Amino acid sequence: MNEPAWRRLDVRMLAVFSLSEVGAVVVVLFIMLIGSRGDGAWQLIGAVLAPSALVTHGLLRWLTVRYRVGVERIELRSGLLNRQVRSVPRDRVRTVDLTSSPLHRLFGLSVVEIGTGSSTAKDGRLHLNAVATKEGERLRRELLDRSPIAWAKPTALSALPTSVPGTLPGSGPVRESHLVATLRLSWLRFAPLTTAGLVALSAVFGTGFKLADDVGVRLGDLDAVHRVGDRLGAAPLWLAVVALTLGVLVVVALGSMAVYLEGWWGYRLTREPDGTLRLRRGLLTTRSLSIEQRRMRGAEVAESLLLRLFGGARCAAVSTGLDAKATSHGALLPPAPLAEAHRVAAQVLLLGDPADATGAALDQHPPAALRRRLIRTLLPTVIVVASAWWLATTVPQLAPAWPAALLALPLAALLGLDRYRNLGHALRPEYLVIGQGSLIRRRVALQRRGIIGWRLRQSVVQRLAGLVTVDVVTAASAGRYSVVDLSMDAAVHLVNEVNPGLLPTRHPTNLSADLTNDQEGRFAEPTLS
Amino acid sequence: MAPRPPRHRVNPRALRWWTVQAALTSAAALLPQLVALELSDARWLVVTTSVTACLAAAYVLIMPSWRYRVHRWEADEHAVYTLAGWLHLEWRVVPISRIQTIDIERTLLQRLFGLATVTVTTASAAGPVRIVGLDAQEADRLVRRLTAITQADRGDAT
Repeated sequence: MNEPAWRRLDVRMLAVFSLSEVGAVVVVLFIMLIGSRGDGAWQLIGAVLAPSALVTHGLLRWLTVRYRVGVERIELRSGLLNRQVRSVPRDRVRTVDLTSSPLHRLFGLSVVEIGTGSSTAKDGRLHLNAVATKEGERLRRELLDRSPIAWAKPTALSALPTSVPGTLPGSGPVRESHLVATLRLSWLRFAPLTTAGLVALSAVFGTGFKLADDVGVRLGDLDAVHRVGDRLGAAPLWLAVVALTLGVLVVVALGSMAVYLEGWWGYRLTREPDGTLRLRRGLLTTRSLSIEQRRMRGAEVAESLLLRLFGGARCAAVSTGLDAKATSHGALLPPAPLAEAHRVAAQVLLLGDPADATGAALDQHPPAALRRRLIRTLLPTVIVVASAWWLATTVPQLAPAWPAALLALPLAALLGLDRYRNLGHALRPEYLVIGQGSLIRRRVALQRRGIIGWRLRQSVVQRLAGLVTVDVVTAASAGRYSVVDLSMDAAVHLVNEVNPGLLPTRHPTNLSADLTNDQEGRFAEPTLS
Repeated sequence: MAPRPPRHRVNPRALRWWTVQAALTSAAALLPQLVALELSDARWLVVTTSVTACLAAAYVLIMPSWRYRVHRWEADEHAVYTLAGWLHLEWRVVPISRIQTIDIERTLLQRLFGLATVTVTTASAAGPVRIVGLDAQEADRLVRRLTAITQADRGDAT
């Protein structure tokens, strides 16, 4: 078989690389010019060296990084002194991710990230920064298209979980790309309820203040600031506080909407004819993520407390080849209405009814689980309140304030109650659905075929309460998902329902007796044939 | 309904191995405090050192035999199944078809007692199934047998 030639990164990456690192160089130069009081020669050397080092670095990368996509493997060579060759079987490719920052777009480039089934993050991902966008598209199509090529296993299509064929438009193999979801502007109302805007804004403000300070502008000296300050000072205190709070809230809301629009403008989630899920989004930085449908192992719907109060939720994919650490990875939908999140979760899993996946009604866990939730939220709160009381008795000035700490007790009780209410699991025909959490309420649907192992964990406290936590082990995303505080009965039933006969059972129900009674040779000593 | 504990206990020599391990851990916790006690004789240092000493003694005396009564394993053509722990219990079960690699490991301390650990990994990032404290030869036999079984049953394992 003739191997294709090695390809280099696009030569335009030199420009992008240099320009994107210009900021760092400017800082270095600045420090050298301002910081060193020595003679001018050093400064001159620095001024020449730093940019040329940068260009050399970029050039070396362009010269040393090469890749080729063979019939069976993708290979990536890199490094000048430490030569590195990484080779990944093509049928291990699970996801292809194209990202273009505004700078990359200016030069028509994309960063390509190829996710494989390997569980270690470093080996699992191949990174090409950057290739021409057209070449990126070609890679995406070629790497994930299983259909016409000889090495594709015959099971590729038959392994698709086809749920009740015919009832769902586009279930099973699709001929043309099928639109699953697209952005609605009304969803912008969820933007202020996420922390993304707050984080971005504080970053903007932080750098703004720092820059102003560096340039020598003191905000206190600005006329406008003074005038606003005077007005606020003249008004009654409560009015000033309300005005300030409102102002901050409005700015944060607008900022988070801007972040939302930047990230999700042009959002389209489609199912492609080549058996991939494709997600496109982004206003300035455009992103395109393709996930092989066959490798979808489930979906997760998560509601942070704020989102939940306003009926919003997020939806993410559970799939091999996704980087579990990067939180944005695997997001299938911007913050959107809860029903929409459940619908998209079901659609990407090729299910017609959300009740077969994340929307399922859950079996509640035994009352002992409620007691545990309450103890776990109340006990630390009681300790905090007690120490507040102790503080109040020793520092008399605080004495009038400490009863406020008592408010934490009912809040903690509510939290425990809510955590119990959201706790549960359900077995659907193809998926195991797990619910838990309060501050972030999660529902995850895991493909039963994708479960590759089980763990039952029991702490001393759980043993006394007759509870056990079941970890569902998968190759996808987080690696394991926990069903917290089941009764031992339900746990064993769950494992054996999904994998019949996997976990041997015995009938005397008292578990703590097992470990003591079984010792006296109830089973034959190990003899391995 | 409770899970039946796996059929086989680990090798009794594991008792001594765990005792030595516990002793080493305890020593590591105690020694710095003893040294500090030599240098100064603060009241609270006396308290922490004696508490540590009591806990360490209990740990060395109780943990190994307790662990030995808990730890069990079993492997057949369907699954690898283990129970481990002492205060915390942990049952792990992996279907044979999901096994990716089977390794054998002998640390210096294990070699001293003629023991070995068999590690069975899957495609998950959540960690392998480990059978600790096996007789070294028995571990070899187990690995050979498991390798034969997994080769007969070649799935994609993801």
